[in-house]
Amino acid sequence: MEPVVVFVPLDAAVRSLGADDVAGAILHEAAARQRDVHLVRNGSRGMFWLEPLVEVSTPAGRVAYGPVQAGLIGELLDTGMLDGAPHPLFLGRTEEIPELRRQTRFTFSRVGVNDPLSVADYEATGGLFGLRRALEMTPQEIVTTVADSGLRGRGGAGFPTGIKWQTVLDMDSDLKFIACNADEGDSGTFADRMLMEGDPFLVVEGMAIAGLAVGASEGYIYIRSEYPDAVATMAAAIDIAHLNGWIGASVLGTDHAFDLHLRVGAGSYICGEETAMLESLEGRRGMIRAKPPLPAIAGLFGKPTVVNNVLSLATVPPILANGAEAFRELGVGRSRGTQVFQLAGNIKHGGIVEIAFGVTLGELVEDYGGGTASGRPVRAVQVGGPLGAYLPRSRFGLPMDYEAFAAAGAMVGHGGIVVFDDTVDMSRQARFAMEFCAEESCGKCTPCRVGSVRGVEVIDRIIAGHNREANLELLEDLCETMVDGSLCAMGGLTPLPVRSALEHFPEDFDRAGAVPL
Amino acid sequence: MVSKTSSSYVPWSEELAVSIVEKHRAERGALMPILHELQDLFGHVDPRAIALVAEELNLSNAEVYGVVTFYRDFRTEAAGRSVVHVCRGEACQSMGAERLARHAREHLGVEFGATTSDGEVTLEQVFCLGNCALSPTVMIDGRLKGKVDEAGFDELVATSRTRAT
Repeated sequence: MEPVVVFVPLDAAVRSLGADDVAGAILHEAAARQRDVHLVRNGSRGMFWLEPLVEVSTPAGRVAYGPVQAGLIGELLDTGMLDGAPHPLFLGRTEEIPELRRQTRFTFSRVGVNDPLSVADYEATGGLFGLRRALEMTPQEIVTTVADSGLRGRGGAGFPTGIKWQTVLDMDSDLKFIACNADEGDSGTFADRMLMEGDPFLVVEGMAIAGLAVGASEGYIYIRSEYPDAVATMAAAIDIAHLNGWIGASVLGTDHAFDLHLRVGAGSYICGEETAMLESLEGRRGMIRAKPPLPAIAGLFGKPTVVNNVLSLATVPPILANGAEAFRELGVGRSRGTQVFQLAGNIKHGGIVEIAFGVTLGELVEDYGGGTASGRPVRAVQVGGPLGAYLPRSRFGLPMDYEAFAAAGAMVGHGGIVVFDDTVDMSRQARFAMEFCAEESCGKCTPCRVGSVRGVEVIDRIIAGHNREANLELLEDLCETMVDGSLCAMGGLTPLPVRSALEHFPEDFDRAGAVPL
Repeated sequence: MVSKTSSSYVPWSEELAVSIVEKHRAERGALMPILHELQDLFGHVDPRAIALVAEELNLSNAEVYGVVTFYRDFRTEAAGRSVVHVCRGEACQSMGAERLARHAREHLGVEFGATTSDGEVTLEQVFCLGNCALSPTVMIDGRLKGKVDEAGFDELVATSRTRAT
C-alpha cells in the first residue's frame, strides 16, 4: 500500500501553535496503527484560525482538518483521517474552503501547497518558467514587461517597479546589485515571512530575473533576525539553487552569472528603510542616507542598486510566466494586480488574503476577517503598519487602492491591517506611535530624533488634561515639522497615525478633566 | 536574536574569534556577519572582540563599537540562560500585549533589557515577530509562541528554567 501523504505546516506561526507536536504525533500514532505515512512540512495556507491545519492527500484531492492539536491525533486517526473520513474538524477539500476559494493566489500560488524546499515540487508547479522566459528576452524586454504589468513596490511605498529597474538598467556601471528587502518590521505584516518560509525558490527566481533585467550579477537578501525560520529556509533554498545551477557562475547553463548572498539584520526597525538597509549591508550603523542620490543611481557600495521588497521580486516570475496582461487586468485605477493583504490583531479570521486591489477595507475586515476575535465591535483599524493611519468603521467603504487611501489621508502600505475592538484607547495608540518612533529613530535628523520624544511628552500632557488646547496646537505644529523636515518615512509618517487618531477619535483625547498647569 | 540557551556558548578565545574574522574577511560588508557569528559562538560580543575585529578589518574601535551598540541584538555582556522576547507591536497590543508586558515584568521582577538576579532569564521587548494573526506573541530562546496569556507566559518561563538546568 502506498504511504498516505500528510501535510503539516512548518511555517513559524503554525509552529507557534504546536505544529511540531502535531507532526510528531501523526508519525507516532500512524506507526502504532501500522499505517505508512509520508509527512510533508509545507508552508501555511494563511488561514490562521484553522491552524494547525493538517491536510491529507486522497483520491478526491487534498482534504483538510483544523485546527488540530497533538492530543487529538489518536482520535482523528481512529475515525479515519488518513482516508479523508469525516470528523468535527473535517473541512473538506482545502481549495474549497470559502475563505481560500475566493482569493486570487498570484504571488502566493505555491505557499502552503508545496514542500518549500522540494526542487521537484517547484518545477512541477511552474517554477523557473519565468526565469527561463527571461533568459530568452533582452534586458529591455524584461524591464518593459515588468513596467507594463503595472507592478508597484509591495514594501509600502508603491513605487513602480519597472521605472526603478529601468533606471538601474540605464546606468553604465561595472558593478550593479539586487538588494531584496526582507526586513519586514511593521506590526501587522507577515506576508514576506510566509513567502520566504513557504516558497523560498520564488524569491531566488525573482532576484535572478531582476539581475538579468538590469545587468547585475550579485544579489543580497537582508532578512530581519526576528525571523530565524525564514533565515534558515532561505539559506537552504539559496544553497539548493546554487547546487542545481539555477544561479551562480552560470544561470541555468547560460553565460549569465548571478550570485546570491544572505544577510541577517540585528534588531533594528529602521533597517527596513532602504538606505538604512544598504548601510547595514555595508557593515555600518543603520543610519539612513539623504536622497538623492537614489539607490538606483548610487546604492549598495555606491553602485546602482535595485532595492525591492520580497513580494515585489516574488511577483515578477509569475508576471513573466503569464504575461504582463494577466497581472494588469486585475486591480483598480493605478493599483494593478493582486495585493497580499494581511489581517492581524483582534480579528476572528486572521491571516493572508491575496486578492485584486479594489476590495474594500470593510470587506476585508468583516467579510474575510469575520470581525473581531473578542466578539466586540470593531472600533479602529490601522492600515499599512506603525506609520499608517488609524481608520474608523465609517471609512470601511474605502477601496484598497494606493490613490484612494492617499486621498483619505491614509496609506495602503504593505497591506497589513491591524484590527482593534471598542476597548482601545486611541490616545494611547497615538502616544505609542511617537514612542515607537523615539525608540527606533536612527537619530540622523532632528525632527524624528527629538520630535518623537517631544511628541510623547505633549501627548502625555493632553491625556492628563494639562492646557489641552495649547498642547493640541503644539502637537499639530510638531507633526508638521516632522512631516516636512524628516529625511525619511520614519519621522515623516509617524504623524499619520497620530493625526488620524486625533481626527477620527477626538473623544479619546478629552477624557481627563481640565487640569490647570 | 538569541536562538539557543547559554549552556552551549563557549568561553572567550582569541583564536576562535580570529578564525571567524578570517572566514568572512573576503565578503562585502563583512562586519555584520562577523558580529553575528561572534555572538552566536560566545553569547555576546566581548569588548576584546571589538578591539580584535577593528584591528583585523582596519577599522577604528569606535566604528565597531558604534555598530555593536546601534543594533538591539548585539550585547556586550552575557544574557541570562534564557532570553524571552515579548512583542509590543500594535497587533499584539490589540490583543492585550501591554497587559502581558506588565505581567512579564512583575512575574520576573525585572524591566525590559534586564536579567533576573539568579541569572536565569533575560527579558526583552520586541516590536513585531511576524505572528500578528496569533497575538499576543512571545519568543523564548528563538522559539515562537502564539496566543500567549499570562498563565501561558508563566508556564513557558517555568519550562525554560527547567530545561536550562
